[in-house]
Order: sequence, then C-alpha cells, then structure tokens
Amino acid sequence: MRKEPVLQVEDLRVSFFTDEGEIPAVDGIDFYVREGEVLGIVGESGCGKSVTSLSVMGLIPKPPGKITGGQIKLNGEELTTATEKRMRTIRGNEVAMIFQEPMTSLNPLFTIGNQLMDATLIHKKGNKKQAKQRAVEMLKLVGLPRAEELMNDYPHQLSGGMRQRVMIAMALVCEPKLLIADEPTTALDVTIQAQILKLMKNINAELNTAIMLITHDLGVVAETCERVVVMYAGKIVENGLAVDIFKDPQHPYTKGLIQSVPDMRYKKQRLYSIPGNVPRPGSIKKGCRFAARCDFAFERCMQEDPPLYDTGEGRSTRCFLFDHKEAKEDDNQRTTVTS
Amino acid sequence: MTTREPLLQVENLKKHFPVRGGVLGRTIGTVKAVEDVSFTVHKGETLGIVGESGCGKSTTGRMLLRLIEPTEGKVFFEGKEVTKLSNNELRKMRRDMQMVFQDPFASLNPRHTVEKILEEPLKVHGIGTPAERKKRVKELLETVGLSSYHAKRYPHQFSGGQRQRIGIARALMTKPKLIIADEPVSALDVSIQSQVLNLMQDLQKDFGLTYIVIAHDLGVVRHISDRVGVMYLGKMAEITSSEKLYDHPLHPYTQALLSAVPIPDPLYEKNSVVLEGDIPSPADPPSGCTFHTRCPFKMDMCEKLVPQLQEHEEGHYVACHLYSKGKQSASQNKEMVGGVV
Repeated sequence: MRKEPVLQVEDLRVSFFTDEGEIPAVDGIDFYVREGEVLGIVGESGCGKSVTSLSVMGLIPKPPGKITGGQIKLNGEELTTATEKRMRTIRGNEVAMIFQEPMTSLNPLFTIGNQLMDATLIHKKGNKKQAKQRAVEMLKLVGLPRAEELMNDYPHQLSGGMRQRVMIAMALVCEPKLLIADEPTTALDVTIQAQILKLMKNINAELNTAIMLITHDLGVVAETCERVVVMYAGKIVENGLAVDIFKDPQHPYTKGLIQSVPDMRYKKQRLYSIPGNVPRPGSIKKGCRFAARCDFAFERCMQEDPPLYDTGEGRSTRCFLFDHKEAKEDDNQRTTVTS
Repeated sequence: MTTREPLLQVENLKKHFPVRGGVLGRTIGTVKAVEDVSFTVHKGETLGIVGESGCGKSTTGRMLLRLIEPTEGKVFFEGKEVTKLSNNELRKMRRDMQMVFQDPFASLNPRHTVEKILEEPLKVHGIGTPAERKKRVKELLETVGLSSYHAKRYPHQFSGGQRQRIGIARALMTKPKLIIADEPVSALDVSIQSQVLNLMQDLQKDFGLTYIVIAHDLGVVRHISDRVGVMYLGKMAEITSSEKLYDHPLHPYTQALLSAVPIPDPLYEKNSVVLEGDIPSPADPPSGCTFHTRCPFKMDMCEKLVPQLQEHEEGHYVACHLYSKGKQSASQNKEMVGGVV
C-alpha cells in the first residue's frame, strides 16, 4: 500500500548571494517523504543536504540565502510562499527539526521544563498545567529517567545523549507528522548514538512520525532508513530503497562512497578512494558535476549535465551510463529534471 | 614489516587533573583522566587506541610526547626514559616522535605560508641550510600528494583533506620514527578520509614508520591498525591484535562498543547490545571496575575489586573479572553475547 506523501519537494532551488555572485547550494531537487517512513539524505559537506532541510523549515537566512525556484508541499500546503506568521504555526506543529549539536539548540538560561512547555503554550495546545503534564510525558517517552526532577534541570546539567533526547522530546511535543533530523548523532559517542538511533526507530514505529534523516554516515543510513537520496554538489545523484542502493549502487559516486568506508567486519588491504576533492558549490558550470572525479567519465559527461534517469523499481540515477538502456526501450521514461 | 622489537614502552602512566573551585581556587577534587595505562609499541607496527569521549585516549597520546606532563609513570622510547629528559634533550627526542592533529583548520598557522609551516620543524632542530630546507619542503609536498607550487600558498587556500596532508608532511619533515596521530581523519569527508588513510599506509611502507593512531571510529582503526587497545574511563580495558579484538572481543565493553557501530549494509543483522546509561564522569568514577554501572554481566565483586589487565590468551590482554576466574565463565559470556563477526 502506498501512503500519501507528507512532504513533497519539487525542483527546489536555493542560492546564496555573496560578493562572489550567486552560489547555487541546492540546484533543482525532487523528493518526497511518505507518511510514517524514514528517508535518508546522504552526502558530503557542501552537497546541499542541510540547506534542503532548512528550506523545508523556512529557516534559510535571507539574505544572503533565497529560495529561487521550486515548491515545497507539506501535507499539501505550499511552504515557499507561506508568510512568516504561517510558518511559525507550521514549525513545531506539523514539522519539527533536531540538530547536530544539542547544546547549542537548547537555551542555557532556561530549565528543561520551561523550554519543553513553551512548545505547547506557544501553539496554544493547553494551559500551563496541561503543558507541564505533556512535557513530563514526553520526557518519559524518550526514555529519560526521573522525568519530574529533570523538568527543573538546566541543559548544562545533562550529558550529550540526554540533551539530544530532550531535543527529540521537544520536537515531538506537538506531534508533528514529519521530523527532520540533521546529523542527530554526529556529536555523540557510538554507544550513545546506538541509543538515540534506537529511540528514533521506536518513535517512527509507535507514533508513525515520518523522519527525514540527514547524515554523512552510511552506516547510520543503512541501519535506519528505508529509502535513500544521495546528494552531490547540490543535486540528487541517486535515489532508491536502501537495500538496493547498498547492494547495487548505480551512480559512480555512490559506488565510490560505499567502497571508501572502512567496514568494521573485515579488513580490506587497501581502501578505495575517490580521487580529487569535493567541489565548492557553484564551481562546476558545465557537464556532470562528478565528471572530474569519475572513473567512468567520457566526452559527453564533460559537456552535458545528465538528467535523473529512471532505472526501474523506484530507482533513479543521474548518470549517462544509464542512458543507452533507456534510449532503446522507451524514451519517455526519462524524468527530465535538467536545468 | 613488524618486528617484535619495542620502540616505545609505556609503564603505569597516570594523569590526574586537579579540579579547582570556590573563591580561593583550592583543589576540590581530581579528574583521573588516565589511570595506570601500560602498553608497548613495536617497530613498524600501528597501534590503534579507541574509546569514547573522555576515556583518556588523547591525553595518553599527548603524554607520550610530554605535551602534557604525566602525573606518574614512565615512557621509554628506544630504551631511553622520555619522562626523565631535560627540556633540551626532550626537544631533540621530538625529532623522532611527531604528532598529527585532528583539526587541520586549527593546527596550521593561518598567517604562514605552507613553506614556512613545513620549514619550521627543521629550523627548530637546526637541520640543513636554507636551500636544503626548501628542497625538502618541495619533496615532501609531492610525497604527500600535493605539488611543489603549493609551497607559496596559505592554509585557507586548501581543502580539509589537503590541509591534513600538510599536517602529515610537517610531521614527516624531521624524518621521525614514530608518529602519533590523534583523530587524523575524523574531520574529513568519507571520500577524502580514505585518501588520507591510504596515504598514511603508503608512507608507513616507504619510510618504515611506526604509528599510534588515536580514533573513535572503529572501522578506521581496524583498517589501519595491527594491534588495538580499547580504553574506558582512563583505563585500558583490552588490548590485542586487531583481528582478535574485532572477531573475538573479550571485554563486555569492547563487545558493546563493536555492536554499537552502524554497519553500512541494510541486510546485515547484528546482535545488538545497546548499552544503557551514559559514560560516568571521570571526576567521580565508579568503584571497582569502572564499567560495572553499564555492564550486562556485572557480578558482586565488580563493584569492589578493580580488575587488572591480564593476559588471557597469548598477546590478548583484558581487564575483566569474567576472565580472572578461569575460562569457564569466559566461554559462557561469549555464548550470551556472540562476538561481532
């Protein structure tokens, strides 16, 4: 059974206007998140994954940033044209976000309880007493011990893992349909990371909250996500089910990325490494953005920007290597997203 | 190639940081950052040290070079006691022991050109004439995969991976025997991380280097290390060859740590042991075995007795009471957890 998308992003473009001119951070991406699913967005620094999530939240700093095109539909409502007032109601209520560094996302001057109750009060979901009750309930839900006492604690009194649990509790107070988690476990130790990932999976299963997980860690993706979107230099290069992508990566970048990760289960003699550096956003003007680092690049890759080819079974790949198959069978199958 | 000749020996190393507080700044407690750590590094091998934040792995690394003075304990480098050297002798010894730091942004002076940064260690040690030094800078830039024309540039003109290469080149300038790398790749992107790891392995082969790699990423450590030590709250919990440690971990902490690492394979079904609770504060460590508060196999004695690091099998040292009573409880334990394969 196909579920309705909670979030539908179409041809989203976000640019930053700096002294050096317009820098496109996100350059025409399409994806959706269905109700109750976990979608992973993977990529390296500067690929536009965080900018994408901030756009959905309406948190792109303007100026210098600007959404220059495309649509973001949350539960059918267009967000790119929504007023700031409307966004304030949506944020927290329908979509909530947790960040990498839980210390900087919590206000050090207010108690945990105070900050947790705010969400209920601001969104007028109840009076103070109800807000407090709800806050304690949420702290228990995210597995924090002695919830009542914690309400009076300040953020600095908690450990990193506990703070991230508080952030998750705060994000879930108003029962949003979609939770955006931007590198939620990157700042945490592995044993604590395992706890937080387990918690997020439980929340997804029990509350049916859809999760959009942004990360650079392929291990985290493999462990938590059903579907994966791989981004490179502001574009989606591959998307599909996690099982398929890890078993049979199609795009040379995805292949390289998966092979570059040292696997803890066995020792490889030598790691594969993708030559060259991650390009700075906006530095590649012509051709495929990965061409300069790609082992399979040919003449066409230097000249034209490949579209996202539908490769069947819900997968798509932005690479000319997948062009000829389709050209023979059916030219219409292509999903053209070229700029 | 690894020989069994020891290059560095560490004996009962300790570091206690005082905690000051109150109006008068009196010492109100101590943080036992490193508590009684001993190990040996053989010539030509790579020893990995893993552990979570606050386990004392970086403090240990820095004490080996005496960038932090140890509170107690001895460090021997090629038989000479580093911990007894005068400042002058120490500086000379540092020619042979160099360090690579985690953050390639913070560890290079932004006001100096790459040439100046790389030349610095040679100047400090009074090696070569200016012309020779410049030649060596260019040689090394090429050795680490950069070009000689990069010498005139400033650190901000390089990407993170390139900066880490410069950091490695700087460590190699004085032709050291031992390199201590503290989280050398954790600030880098995945695709760049593998480039730097490969470079480090090539350099080891070419120059016969010995490495101590301190990292929190267990995948990286397995890839690069011949032997691995696991630290928890300032103590060595287990130390052995990397195959043994990853395939047959003995200490319950090592087992839990390994099972917590996400595996980049959605079809892989792992035997997950999710540890409850947080890492205790090193300022107030638990009594007995410091891991007893989170250990799934806790016994009564664990709260009272501190387990000693003992050789369980040849070359496999573990500090856990499960193994001090004989092999029976050990195999029982393995059955319950099922080592990470």
